[in-house]
Amino acid sequence: MKLDARIPSGPIEEAWVKACFDMKLVNPANKRKHSIIVVGSGLAGAAASASLGELGYNVKCFCFQDSPRRAHSIAAQGGINAAKNYPNDGESVFRLFYDTVKGGDFRAREANVYRLAQISGKIIDQCVAQGVPFAREYGGALTNRSFGGAQVSRTFYARGQTGQQLLLGAYQALERQIHAGSVTMIPRTEMLDLIVVDGRARGIVTRSLITGEFNVHIADAVILASGGYSNVYYLSTNAKGSNVTASWRAYKRGALFANPCFTQIHPTCIPVSGDYQSKLTLMSESLRNDGRIWVPKKKGDPRPPNEIPQDERDYYLERRYPSFGNLVPRDVASRNAKAMCDEGYGVGKSGLGVYLDFSDAIARLGEKTIRERYGNLLDMYQRITDEDPYKIPMRIYPAIHYTMGGLWVDYQLQSTIPGLFVLGEANFSDHGANRLGASALMQGLSDGYFIIPYTVGNYLASNKFPKVDESNPAVQEAFTSVKTKIDKLLSIKGHRTVDSFHRELGKITWDYCGMARTAEGLELAIGKIRALREEYWQNVNVPGSGDDLNASLEKAGRVADFFELAELMCIDALNRNESCGGHFREEYQTPDGEAQRDDEHYSYVAAWEYAGPNAAPELTKEPLEFHYVHPSQRSYK
Amino acid sequence: MKLTLKVWRQKNNREKGSFVSYAMDDVDPEMSMLECLDVLNETLILRGEIPVAFEHDCREGICGSCGFVINGVAHGPERATTVCQLTMRHFKDGAELTLEPWRAKAFPLIKDLTVDRRALDHIIEAGGYISVSTGQAPDGNAILVGKEIADQSMDAAACIGCGACVAACPNASAALFTGAKITHLGILPQGEPERKRRALSMVAQMNAEVFGNCTSIGECTGVCPKEIPLEVIATMNRDYLCASFERRDELPTPVSPVVQRA
Repeated sequence: MKLDARIPSGPIEEAWVKACFDMKLVNPANKRKHSIIVVGSGLAGAAASASLGELGYNVKCFCFQDSPRRAHSIAAQGGINAAKNYPNDGESVFRLFYDTVKGGDFRAREANVYRLAQISGKIIDQCVAQGVPFAREYGGALTNRSFGGAQVSRTFYARGQTGQQLLLGAYQALERQIHAGSVTMIPRTEMLDLIVVDGRARGIVTRSLITGEFNVHIADAVILASGGYSNVYYLSTNAKGSNVTASWRAYKRGALFANPCFTQIHPTCIPVSGDYQSKLTLMSESLRNDGRIWVPKKKGDPRPPNEIPQDERDYYLERRYPSFGNLVPRDVASRNAKAMCDEGYGVGKSGLGVYLDFSDAIARLGEKTIRERYGNLLDMYQRITDEDPYKIPMRIYPAIHYTMGGLWVDYQLQSTIPGLFVLGEANFSDHGANRLGASALMQGLSDGYFIIPYTVGNYLASNKFPKVDESNPAVQEAFTSVKTKIDKLLSIKGHRTVDSFHRELGKITWDYCGMARTAEGLELAIGKIRALREEYWQNVNVPGSGDDLNASLEKAGRVADFFELAELMCIDALNRNESCGGHFREEYQTPDGEAQRDDEHYSYVAAWEYAGPNAAPELTKEPLEFHYVHPSQRSYK
Repeated sequence: MKLTLKVWRQKNNREKGSFVSYAMDDVDPEMSMLECLDVLNETLILRGEIPVAFEHDCREGICGSCGFVINGVAHGPERATTVCQLTMRHFKDGAELTLEPWRAKAFPLIKDLTVDRRALDHIIEAGGYISVSTGQAPDGNAILVGKEIADQSMDAAACIGCGACVAACPNASAALFTGAKITHLGILPQGEPERKRRALSMVAQMNAEVFGNCTSIGECTGVCPKEIPLEVIATMNRDYLCASFERRDELPTPVSPVVQRA
């Protein structure tokens, strides 16, 4: 397949303006005649649904939760970046663009990232107007903080609940359109297949999670904003319901999946405490602004942290990266924590943890200031661990958090299936091999509020949409295949629960395709995943029936897709014989243990095409060109 | 530790429900309440029984999906904590925990501990927003908001919409939830133009959804995982009263409620 990213020619600063002008417009009177399906109601999905509804399109928005307000964007803590330069500290659109391309280890598309930086300021304006209670100075102006490896203060925040507040803003805008009648909200419903008619995305097949009823929804365009796939690892910071099913079914209908092995490990999570553990809890990395990370200099030091004197502590990030210190990007911070623990310096019962210590900051700024900045996070830590972080250093360990990979999209956010658009974390586009902190919220909202309203209009105005009814063979085929799969899962009645398979799959994926990868390990993992998948389809036990609320059945379908995705992730990681960003292949590192890119051979987006149930997926490469930010070895020394 | 979970089991809204007791022999004090239910469900599945249906998603206390009543208290005994972050160390070895769904007429039961909370979405739909479309916003700093007001607004905006306030209220009132949104938006300069219309519409919808009236008991704020202060109800009442005097002629029509009044 030939990939055309549709990047406008000419200077990057004018690309988006030019693209917008070149796009066709839908006559205002005709907008209500076009129907659009949006799957997902997080930042990208809610923002897109609301904005398209405002324009007058006929929108249907789906989510699997009981309310659109529950989408997992809500859990983002730290903040949202924008090139506003309110602090007068040297920020600019170009700098945000530069930092994002460099932070992504030169595996993102320049034009997309530039557009993201250009739009970032408008997002803040929009959210303020919606009533998002951002943090303020006494004089009433918006306040900023430095975040996640940035040397300028470009992050806007609402305490430690920025994602919640931004999502509520988008949710309220969505509810306003629901009230106006332009958006129909369909909660507690899961998309189980994409309907492709004559090569175009024309609808979806859904299952109601309450009644088990299957339905067909036809539209002129389908927008997926269904989030990332971190839950392939079972233990992640994602919500329990987050899944890859919508994206995966689209992949199996012909949409290419790009860079699946680019996953992000977040350095500051609460360590695992037992086998029953169901998820990992993130502590915002804003904590690294004031907290200092250390381990004891002596391996396996049994003393409690407060009894270890200063000169017997190793502040390893400050030691190794004097200019960035504790604020190095996520992948670097995570890998160093793992290395320390692997060498035996880890702390806590399991030895899988490092200290994050606020005592210096409390001495310098006072407990009150620290409480004001991080109060809710530190309270949450105390609730979970029963330890007081104002007195005892916190224990943290990296956990899987975000997936940069996703469905391949062009500059207009359209996948390789015409009429199928992909927004937010579900697409692959803007973060390369590593996402910078406070950039996910920015991308979700940029895609939803400011990009898709233009590009989907262009698609609708450029094409004709013959009526598709339910008797269409493509519709019937999708409908039947969905039903067959559900019936099959219910009929196995084996001896193992869905969760037990998911845990085992997660462990394999984490061990071999997690923070560090090797060719040998990945090959081993592919074999293990295939064997386990085979067992799954023979031996899984899904209790109950398909005609009422059945959480096990929901999970069973999602885990079935995770099996296939996990294999593709390993194939992709095996193909990429280099280390970049979150993808760390142990064979490819610099003498001092940093990621070693191979720009000559791997400066491309790896887009995978489904080739059938037992066939190897086909790789198409989209070469990456860097005209503005010259690829260099990232250095945070 | 050992525990007995006495759980409300009800197949759906049409059939009768009852309590069923389950003995748990090996509960780790570090587990969350929901992880304890996960463990129970795994055993139930392997025994060929139907697992307990309970709602949950983020499991870090922010999405508002989870929630049930433990020994008579919504979200259980810990202050400012949802059941997903409630660890078992807060219970005594050998204790019996009674788990019930939110009980309120406006929240029809779906299954076991899961209820339908769409009525809360309807209240937001009725007016819980600032009417600004994408693209209409002025520069962020063109609207100055003093720190104190921003902080108060944020205190109210922290609501996660879990419905514990309704479950805890003897009248099953949604006043804390509604008041929180009216306060969050109404005290900000951006929300000022629609302040009265918003209060009227949201309160009308709240009433249409068969939530009870507020009689200032304060159980709601006591169980609220985000500690939304009772003052938000006072703000709501004040806005509603002022608006009712001024806009008597244009009372809003609520959207069709989840539960129709008999």
